[in-house]
Amino acid sequence: MRIYTLDFEKPVVELEQTLESLRKQAQEQKIDLSAQIKLIEEKLDATRKEIFTSLTPWQRVQLARHPRRPYMLDYLQRIATDFIELHGDRRFADDHAMVGGLATLGAHRVMVIGQQKGRDTKENLMRNFGCAHPEGYRKALRLMQLAEKFNLPVVSFIDTPGAYPGVGAEERHIAEAIAVNLREMMLLEIPLVAVVIGEGGSGGALGIGVCDRVLILENAYYSVISPEGCAAILWKDRAAAPQAAAALKLTAPDLQELGVVDGIIPEPLGGAQVDYDASAAALKAAIGKELDHLQTVPLAELLSARYGRFRKLGVVQNQGTRSQTRKPRARSVNS
Amino acid sequence: MFEKKPKLTSTKTKKRDIPSGLWVKCDDCDEMIYNQELIANLKVCPKCDRHFPMTARERISALADMGTFQETNANMTSVDMLKFTGMAAYTERLKTYQRQTQLNDAVITGLCQIRGHPVTLGVMDFTFLGASMGSVVGEKITAVIESATERAIPSIIVAASGGARMYEGILSLMQMAKTSAALARHAKERLPYIAVLTHPTTAGVMASFASLGDVIMAEPKALIGFAGPRVIKETTQQELPDGFQTSEFMLEHGLIDIIVHRKELRDAISKTLQYFAANGGRKSKAA
Repeated sequence: MRIYTLDFEKPVVELEQTLESLRKQAQEQKIDLSAQIKLIEEKLDATRKEIFTSLTPWQRVQLARHPRRPYMLDYLQRIATDFIELHGDRRFADDHAMVGGLATLGAHRVMVIGQQKGRDTKENLMRNFGCAHPEGYRKALRLMQLAEKFNLPVVSFIDTPGAYPGVGAEERHIAEAIAVNLREMMLLEIPLVAVVIGEGGSGGALGIGVCDRVLILENAYYSVISPEGCAAILWKDRAAAPQAAAALKLTAPDLQELGVVDGIIPEPLGGAQVDYDASAAALKAAIGKELDHLQTVPLAELLSARYGRFRKLGVVQNQGTRSQTRKPRARSVNS
Repeated sequence: MFEKKPKLTSTKTKKRDIPSGLWVKCDDCDEMIYNQELIANLKVCPKCDRHFPMTARERISALADMGTFQETNANMTSVDMLKFTGMAAYTERLKTYQRQTQLNDAVITGLCQIRGHPVTLGVMDFTFLGASMGSVVGEKITAVIESATERAIPSIIVAASGGARMYEGILSLMQMAKTSAALARHAKERLPYIAVLTHPTTAGVMASFASLGDVIMAEPKALIGFAGPRVIKETTQQELPDGFQTSEFMLEHGLIDIIVHRKELRDAISKTLQYFAANGGRKSKAA
């Protein structure tokens, strides 16, 4: 039985429960219920398809935050044949919200970094709900520079509600830690692949996200602000989060259209939490493909493409000065 | 001193709406200042040194050598890419702010000289949508840094910002990467970049180019930080330390190189550049 159920998952869960009890009944009482079972199975399939192929942006955000959603270490367990975790920023502390280390993914030896959430309260206290402090970003940079030194590609797993807003984080300059990562990642002379596996929360996500290729899982999101935060500011009401989620264009298809992500990794119907192994297999295949390709790209080309990838993001127009006559004179719209 | 505000302060409308010749009250020391005197004093309270906010135009005329400023990308304006409609539509807000501020967006960029040093200069203006960074701010800042790199001259940015511009969604976040990328290339050419932080410099701007100066200068008592104080208080349920997230706090905690009084800023920049640019621009490690 599922422990956590999102509102919109309920019809599916109810059908699953019905199915389960029917099967039990058939087995225990040794009666033939195959007709009923088949009926429910068909209904379950249809319901699943109906719900999960027409998810609203807000529903996707909820799936991205699903308490059973696989996290970075769940994936690593399945896709890495070897993992040596490396700790600490050599300055202040080891941030458990940011994990990193040497890993073997199929044919590739890589450095992995990424945010890690906790599964229960105790674990979440240790992982700080996946909200890294400055030392987390500095650890990530240290490991990326280590990777550069020994010519290992970096795979970055993004899954954070955001960088931690706290007194200590400010005292140790979380903004500077993120900014330095943005600058230094642009210059790293190794291939970099990022995957948004759950929440891509603003600067905290981008702080390990300046990569040659940025992929996203089908139901993950990537946003400048949480839908709740945006709703609180622009709608003056956190309850408007669903509207904000739609307005922010934070879903995988929207992000691909905007050029912010380069590819979408499919999830099992119902979300990644339904089948960890299948999700991990798809993730592994997608990362492998990107690494295979990036390792054939000459360094100079790699770096200029990385610059170009981010340089082109944004939409502006050049208009005549706001003349009183307000004659529209749009000359060019840069892509 | 006064619990109830005296009637005179009913001119508490937007400062730019006050016709020159009126009196302004200093929020810090309650001194009534003749507006002309305040402007002549670079908008610094003559009594308590409070630094009033400066518009981008005022800042440029205070920093650039007379007649040297050539604006770049002056006509660049924002696009409502996401068709954003919240409480107010983005396009409406843009129009309102453009009318109120006489600016096209929240930053002015260009080439100029500061005490004879050719530099590129970007100045953010908090009066335009809280100097939030959207595509236009990101593009203009990036372009002006790139042009400094091309010309092998220093780049100066006077920052102020409430953060990313939510109306442009994820594209506003990407401006952080874009501007920092330009600084990466600028730094690789060993060209100077000076960041000047003014009240307030926060969030996305702070987590990108504002934190990346070879030298980071700040005006006194500016609010500087990543997350807003209210968010931090709500998240942590912690009391915030005295003077939290001020320039002085950030100096004490090691982020800022120097706090500079506005009157000294031009000198501080040009003197610093004398050290960095003494041998004239681009020099590779090997050379």
